[in-house]
Order: sequence, then C-alpha cells, then structure tokens
Amino acid sequence: MTTTTLSRTWKKPPFIKSAFLRWTLGLAVAIYLALAFGTMEVNWTRVAEGIPRGQRFLAGFFPPDFISRWPEILDGLNESIWMTITSTVVGIALSIPIGLGAAKNLAPKPVYLFCRGILAVSRSFQEVIIAIFMVKLFGFGPFAGFLTLSIATIGFYGKLLAEDIEDIDPNQAEAVRATGASWFQWLNFAIQPQVLPRMIGLGLYRLDINFRESAIVGIVGGGGIGATLNTAFDRYELDSAAAILLIIIGIVMVVEYSSGYVRRWMQ
Amino acid sequence: MAVVQKDDIKIWQRRERGKQFAIWAGYLTVTALFVYCFQLISEKTVWFFVLDAPRQAMDMASRMVPVKWSYMDVLWVAIWDTLNIATLGTVMAVILAIPTAYCAARNTTPSLYFVRPVALFIIVASRSINSLIWALILVAIVGPGVFAGVIAIGLRSIGFCAKLLYEAIEEIDENQVEAVTATGASNAQVTAYGIVPQVLPAFAGISVFRWDINIRESTVLGLVGAGGIGLQLNASITNLAWTQVSLILLVIIATVVVSEWVSAKIRHAII
Repeated sequence: MTTTTLSRTWKKPPFIKSAFLRWTLGLAVAIYLALAFGTMEVNWTRVAEGIPRGQRFLAGFFPPDFISRWPEILDGLNESIWMTITSTVVGIALSIPIGLGAAKNLAPKPVYLFCRGILAVSRSFQEVIIAIFMVKLFGFGPFAGFLTLSIATIGFYGKLLAEDIEDIDPNQAEAVRATGASWFQWLNFAIQPQVLPRMIGLGLYRLDINFRESAIVGIVGGGGIGATLNTAFDRYELDSAAAILLIIIGIVMVVEYSSGYVRRWMQ
Repeated sequence: MAVVQKDDIKIWQRRERGKQFAIWAGYLTVTALFVYCFQLISEKTVWFFVLDAPRQAMDMASRMVPVKWSYMDVLWVAIWDTLNIATLGTVMAVILAIPTAYCAARNTTPSLYFVRPVALFIIVASRSINSLIWALILVAIVGPGVFAGVIAIGLRSIGFCAKLLYEAIEEIDENQVEAVTATGASNAQVTAYGIVPQVLPAFAGISVFRWDINIRESTVLGLVGAGGIGLQLNASITNLAWTQVSLILLVIIATVVVSEWVSAKIRHAII
C-alpha cells in the first residue's frame, strides 16, 4: 500500500481543471481585451463635454409629463397592444408547422434542413432590421410592426418547440404508434401532451417580449408606442419620453408578474 | 378518466366535458381578441401598399444581386466593432450584475424590504428598455461611436444577467452554506466558499448566453449612431446601395450563426 503525503494547505479547486487550458484562455482573453480597448476610440473630451449635457438631458426627464401628450401615448399604447396580440397569435400558429419540421426525430432530412434554415434566418436578424424592410415593403404603421414581430416570434418559438420535441420521451411516442394511430393522432396524443405545458409558458413569455419589442419597431416606422417615443425624443419633449418609458416599464412589470403567476398555475 | 356512457357502451374521451368546454372557450376568446385587434390594425393600414408589396419585394430582390463582395474590405472593421460592442458590453453587464443579483436574491440580500425592491426595479428597468433606446440616449450624452454602443449593451444586459443569476442564487443548496457557516467562516468567506462555487457554472453559462444575444443586438445599434455594422447597413440603405445591403445581411447571418454555435458549444462544455 502506497502512502501519499497530503499537502498541508488546502486550495480551492479551480473552475477549469486543465492548467494549460486555463492559462491559454487567460492569455487569449488578455490579448483580446488589449486589442479591443486599443481599437475603441473614446473621445474623452467629447465624453467630458457630454456629461453636463447628459445631466441636462436627464434633468429634462423630470418630472415625467403624462398629461400633455396623453392622447398620443394612449394611441401608441393601443397600437402596441394590438400588434403584440396579433403577432403572438400569428407567429405561434405559423411556428407550429415549422417547429414540427425542424425536429430531427419527426421530419425527414430535407424538410428538417429547410425548416432549420428558416429558423436560423429569422433568428439572425434583430427585430429592427426586419422592421426596416417591412416598412419599406408594406408602408408605415402597425401592419409592418405586426409582420415584423410575427417573423421574430416564428424564429424564437419554432426553435424552442423543435428542441422540446427532440427531447420528448420516445417510449410514449412508440406506445401510441403501436396502437395503430395515424400520423395526426400520433402528434395529438403522443407529442402534444409532452410539450404543451412548457410551450404555453413560452407563449406567454413571447407575448411579454413582443410587447417590449413593439416599443422599438416604431423607431423605424413600424407603429406602436415606439413611434410615439421616437417623436417625443425628436421634439426634445423629454418629460413626455420619460412618461412613456415609465409606462413601458410598468406594463412589462405587470405582464411579467402575471405571466409568472399563470405559468405556476398551469404547472 | 373521462368516459361517457352511451347506450350501455362506455366511450373513452380525452377530457372531461367541463375541461373541454373551458379549452374551447379559451380558443374562442383568443380568436375573438385576435380578429378584433387585427381589424383595428387593418383600419390604420393603407392596403394599396400592402397589395403592392410582392412587386416591391421582387424589385428589391432584383436590385440586391449580384452581391458586391468587394465591399467586404470595409466590413471587416465593422464586424470587429460589432464583436467588441457585444463582448465588452457583456463584460460590463456581468460585472454590474453580480452585486445587483446579490442584493436581489432572497437568501443573500442585506435587506429584504429596502434593498431587494430597489435591485428588482433596476433589473426590470434594464430589461424593459431596449438597447436601441439606451443607445439613443447615450449617443446624445457620450457622442456617436463604439463607446456608446458598449454602454448601451451593458446597461441593457444587466437586468437579464442579474435576473438569471439571482434565480440561480436562490436555488442553491442551503446545507452547504450552513456547513461553511458552521466552521466559523466570516460572511465574505461564506459567500466565497459556500455560494460562489455553486452558482459559478450557471454564471458562466448566463454570460455566454447573453453574449450570443448581444451579438444580435449590437448589429442594429449603428442605426442610431452607436457603431458597429448597423452603421454600414443604415448608410447602404439610405444610399440605395442594395448590393451592399445584401452582403451586410449575409455577414450578419454568418456572424450570428457562428456566435450561436460557439456559445452552444461552450455552454455544453460547462454544464
């Protein structure tokens, strides 16, 4: 029996076990940071000038003015809510077939690749980029915003649905198939009950995201509260802008709390 | 088990009658709400433009080819800037998110009634204001450029990182903390040896995940002047240089897909 001498002092085990990997990673990070800061041009005199300007800017936010632009704010909010609801419904409806097609255990290879391609493209572009093109094609207003958010929802929801379907318990699916169920029955009784609870939660979460995003598609002309916010900034009516920001924060908070509550209740 | 009796034969049904009605009513409500909202949107829409869209789209697509590959020379710098905005912004967010999460987690917060609500408000405020809006404000304060973009991404990501981190802290195993406390460790030692090792993998995963999201977000900050590839995109669209636009879109797809792949690999290795 060999005896090993234990070192007297104890050391915390490192997070990355291999010493070589640890040091190379550290070095790579250091080099990257040096390069990144080196190429970032910060005009410090401009920043110094900007700070009093920023203070004035922030002072302009107070007190938030809810009253003088209230009709416009209400209009923008309404548009945002319509966009949120319609785009979530359409997005989820469209993402179901695409998500089914993008699940490896369900779809044949060509369909899988095609659907994954759609998802990758719609996820790659930030909402604002999609919105620019939608506004160009479909004109200003909430319809462009609705299309933008629908496309974004497809990317988000379709991908998560596909991943969830890939993670299901194959035994249950096999059992239903063994009863002689048709393909649709199989989907309905073997796949859907397994993914539904999580998917409902994610749908609510997406509703919440869509509302938040509806605040920015307006900046490029997609309607909604973002358009009102952008106008307020452009006219330097900062007190109204502050009011709009506070309203957005308030609504997001309410939606988040209630959707968390609904999700707990569902499970 | 939901079974209906029909002429002495028991027929299996998937759901109880009441539940089936509730689901049906749910569908009805959502459909009605959808139709109502869509009608309101459609009143504000100029349908002539919408009907014209396919022709416009074909026109735009035809202007986008052939892709102007030579424009790539200009884009390398923009890609580098975009990566920097995302990475440095994430670093800043992570550094600021740690104390916020510490104050927001129910089991570590110094004060449940005063500090915690403040931390939660910071989290919600940062999450609900989009990085583009932050950038809009910051460009006015620190001037256009990468620096404004970094701060915008950073401020926007604090909420996301802090929220996931404080949830991870709340889910830790209290026994380990108790064991460390029982050795007579100070408060800081308890944090360092009882809490940090438990949340470190989650923390690394969250940072990488947010970095991946930030790459996508930083592609648009240029639209309001905060640097990155969005600057080139905006300039090309305004100049109607559609062959450059198509190249930029391809570059964005490639960057995002690669970063998503990298982040998935790293997260897979950590967890």
